[in-house]
Amino acid sequence: MIRALALSLALALPAAAQEMIVAGMSQNRVSITADFDGSEILIYGAVKRDAPPPGGGPLEVIITVEGPSTPVAVRRKDRVAGIWVNNASVNISSAPSFYAVATTGPLSHILSDIDNLRYGITIERVIRTVGIASEADRSGEFILALLRVRTNEGRYRILEGKVELTEDTLFRTDIELPSNLTEGEYKVRLFLLRNKHVVASQERVIGVRKEGLERFIYNLAMQQPLVYGLVSLVLAALAGWGASAAFRLIRT
Amino acid sequence: MQLYLPIAEVSVNAFLILGLGGIVGFLSGMFGVGGGFLITPLLFFIGVPPAVAVATGANQVVASSVSGVLAQLRRKGVDFHMGTVLLLGGFVGSAIGVWVFAWMTRLGQIDLFVQLSYVLFLGLIGAMMFQESLRSLLRSRKPGAPIRRAHVHSWVHGLPFKMKFRASGLYISVIPPALIGAAVGFLAAIMGVGGGFVLVPAMIYLLGMPTKVVIGTSLFQIIFVTGFTTVMHAVNSQSVDMMLALLLILGGVVGAQIGTRVGVRLKAEQLRILLSLLVLTVAIRIAADLLVTPDELYSVTPGVLP
Repeated sequence: MIRALALSLALALPAAAQEMIVAGMSQNRVSITADFDGSEILIYGAVKRDAPPPGGGPLEVIITVEGPSTPVAVRRKDRVAGIWVNNASVNISSAPSFYAVATTGPLSHILSDIDNLRYGITIERVIRTVGIASEADRSGEFILALLRVRTNEGRYRILEGKVELTEDTLFRTDIELPSNLTEGEYKVRLFLLRNKHVVASQERVIGVRKEGLERFIYNLAMQQPLVYGLVSLVLAALAGWGASAAFRLIRT
Repeated sequence: MQLYLPIAEVSVNAFLILGLGGIVGFLSGMFGVGGGFLITPLLFFIGVPPAVAVATGANQVVASSVSGVLAQLRRKGVDFHMGTVLLLGGFVGSAIGVWVFAWMTRLGQIDLFVQLSYVLFLGLIGAMMFQESLRSLLRSRKPGAPIRRAHVHSWVHGLPFKMKFRASGLYISVIPPALIGAAVGFLAAIMGVGGGFVLVPAMIYLLGMPTKVVIGTSLFQIIFVTGFTTVMHAVNSQSVDMMLALLLILGGVVGAQIGTRVGVRLKAEQLRILLSLLVLTVAIRIAADLLVTPDELYSVTPGVLP
């Protein structure tokens, strides 16, 4: 009776429950201070199992890091009357400011299209484009352009084979955050895959925040814009006067 | 030394910014232009977002102008009466300019409009100044040639509301300077510059002011126009980056002091030829951007939804 119950329980549970992720990060907050020049985050973890590893395909790991999303406008220049002018434009409702995908192998070999769509793993699946087909001819080109521009800026990265997996149990990867980082919550997702299907996943968050002087200046600019503007003016006028006075002292 | 800018949200090399400020300050002190038409394109070039570059450029110009005006003040190179008349016209023109700017932004062609304004005004004024100063330089080399008067009596002198501008040695109507001030204020708001490159030639050629007081008076007017612009940008779009401005200012005020001293040693004609060449270079550079096929046809602007 008990054995039958255990058997039925085991059958009822999906394969995913047999392997779980235990994950950690070198830091769960990034402070943007005056000397901030990018940061590197170590994401590591282990696969926890209640039973021996199931058969089938080899174990693969995908780790994604996603920065806060904003709507973006993508504009194309065209030659009008001999000069290059912003002509057609497409508004994309949501695109992350940063996105990195690190994997244990080539994405096409380890991830099925269906699971990519379901979990939104590659950058194309993360960008939300509601009803853009109506905005311009060949709007697909605008999305490709967005990916190209942001990849060149180092904002979008595909790091295939950059996750190290040891003994099908331990994994680690380093994700570099660029210096032009946007403030906000960075979502870290970890996926375990077998046979191109996700068998387990986990989410963590890294908080990216301005600190110290950066925080103070930013808050003042946002909350007291008039005071901030006047302070900027006074500082400028004082600096101009100070330099003038200093030079006069030097000369005499 | 890398430094993260809190408003621009980019990390830049602090010494590069100090250097940029220094060069622009030097030119500003030498020619009496605010340097806005140089600093803004240079900031774009090193990756500062356009809105922040325009607003912070204005803030930097305030400092270099204050520094320059104090140096000019000791040489009695500021005509406060003329400056005040220009300034009153300037505020009216600036208000109209802000309105046109908003209108062009709604049409989605503000970038093109700004670029075309740069090419048109810088090109026109640069070419005019270059031609005129080259001619007077050649004339001064040929002794015995007929000397043209700096200003001739024309219909301008028949206008009402005459006022004595003692420092400039002029007794003219306040209408022409007020109109010039308005035109400069308008351009300042549209192009995000102080307007010195328009004001300096306008004061020399249209008002017939002596070169001695032109630079100081121009700087005096620019302080207030750019100060007004800085506060407007800080309030409306929170795009003034204090950290970036302070670095530019540190380099700029030192450069302005050196520039003013170099400027004193040069002859007025030489100064004008150099300024006209500088203005023409910027105009040609921006024209090239409009004419040459860009490497990347697409651009990405975050945070814009209709």
